[in-house]
Amino acid sequence: MRKSVIGALAVAAGLLSASSPLPAHHGTATLDTSKTLTLKGNVTEWDWSNPHCLLQFDIKDGGGQTVHWIAETQNPAEMVSLGWGKDSFKPGDEVTVSLMPVKNGRPYGRIRQIALPNGKTFVTVKEGLTPKEVGDSSGSSKTENYPKQ
Amino acid sequence: MRDRSMASVIILVAAVILSAPAFSQNAQPEHPGSSKVQKATAAPAPFHNISGTWEPANGPGDGIQPYGVKAMPNDGKREHELPYTPYGLQVYKSHKALIGPNEVHLTSYNDPRDTCEPLGFPRANFYNLRETQILQDPYKVAILYEYGQAWRVVWTDGRTLPKLVDGGVLVGNEVREPRFYGYSVGKWEDGSTLVVQTVGMMPEDKVWLDGTGRPISDQLRVEERFHRVDHDRMELTVTIDDPKMYTKPWIAMNKFPLRLQDPHFDVTEMYCSPAEMEKYNKLFGSPASEKADQPTGQ
Repeated sequence: MRKSVIGALAVAAGLLSASSPLPAHHGTATLDTSKTLTLKGNVTEWDWSNPHCLLQFDIKDGGGQTVHWIAETQNPAEMVSLGWGKDSFKPGDEVTVSLMPVKNGRPYGRIRQIALPNGKTFVTVKEGLTPKEVGDSSGSSKTENYPKQ
Repeated sequence: MRDRSMASVIILVAAVILSAPAFSQNAQPEHPGSSKVQKATAAPAPFHNISGTWEPANGPGDGIQPYGVKAMPNDGKREHELPYTPYGLQVYKSHKALIGPNEVHLTSYNDPRDTCEPLGFPRANFYNLRETQILQDPYKVAILYEYGQAWRVVWTDGRTLPKLVDGGVLVGNEVREPRFYGYSVGKWEDGSTLVVQTVGMMPEDKVWLDGTGRPISDQLRVEERFHRVDHDRMELTVTIDDPKMYTKPWIAMNKFPLRLQDPHFDVTEMYCSPAEMEKYNKLFGSPASEKADQPTGQ
């Protein structure tokens, strides 16, 4: 059933991107880095925690069955620097998730980006940058946001 | 009357000179250490002072070091092969790392980091070296690492480095325990270079050198050179000398460039929580890593 689920989805069989989310906790042994899947569904849970934030969301496959996906980002501090937050997603939110799926064909993967219906996009890496340049700040709050005395 | 107005002039001139670096610091955009700004406003290094919030100058990702220690990444290149002793090579091969050329699946690792054991020193320099806050007083330098909310103290009060003995270090007449973050003593080599020696770190069954599984033992001696190049820039060089694991000393970080952040910069927490790690492994790590023909068990 899972194989047909994968087959029914839009598979962007792109080239291996030069700018993948930089590994910190673990590398890419578990992932099929040659694939990017784009999935549209609704959030069930957004878990802001270490070592990876986790987005859980339901999609409908070609046969109308609900498939529950779990996808990871990098750690929260890293995500802060890319503009994500603990309240970025709420249960029920409609999301379009681009991710690298895992090799074993199960509905798990590492997020590349998430787009909301209002056009807002969350990226896990700034495209076009070398791994060195990834992340414009350090995973910390911006200076303007510190509480002023 | 004349003395008072002369004193006022002196005070005024002194105030302008003393505030000039601070003014240029505040006038800089969000990243005061960026090279463009540095050329325009970099003041000289203050004397015997490495305090401040320091981040990797080439961008925060530069300190993640996913492929192992910066100067000798674990990439299979000949020039990056480490001078292992036979025992060192044996211990390296026993390490199952989540990153690096021999990375394993999430269900197979044995890195102590992955059960949230303290990272320890010197691995704190080689894994997610990010916003590093350095505070100093006349007696010591305290280094606060963003990852793991860890800190260590470097004594600059003139005490001698403890002597390495079996099972620990000798402090005075007392044998003291090994420490995850070691025992460190620092000396100023010149006006802007602090040389730090560290001994008394944990044995090989408790800590790794880096995330790709390179080993270290309790016989390790680490030398760090914190060279403050100018007001906004510092270079860190780290030498590893572990006769149990390596046949000779080697450089793990070579003038790694750091830039000074704004002192108001809020540093977020990066921590390893056993409860969160267990939840992640159960929810994602295990099912994502299992072979396709195995049941999910969920």
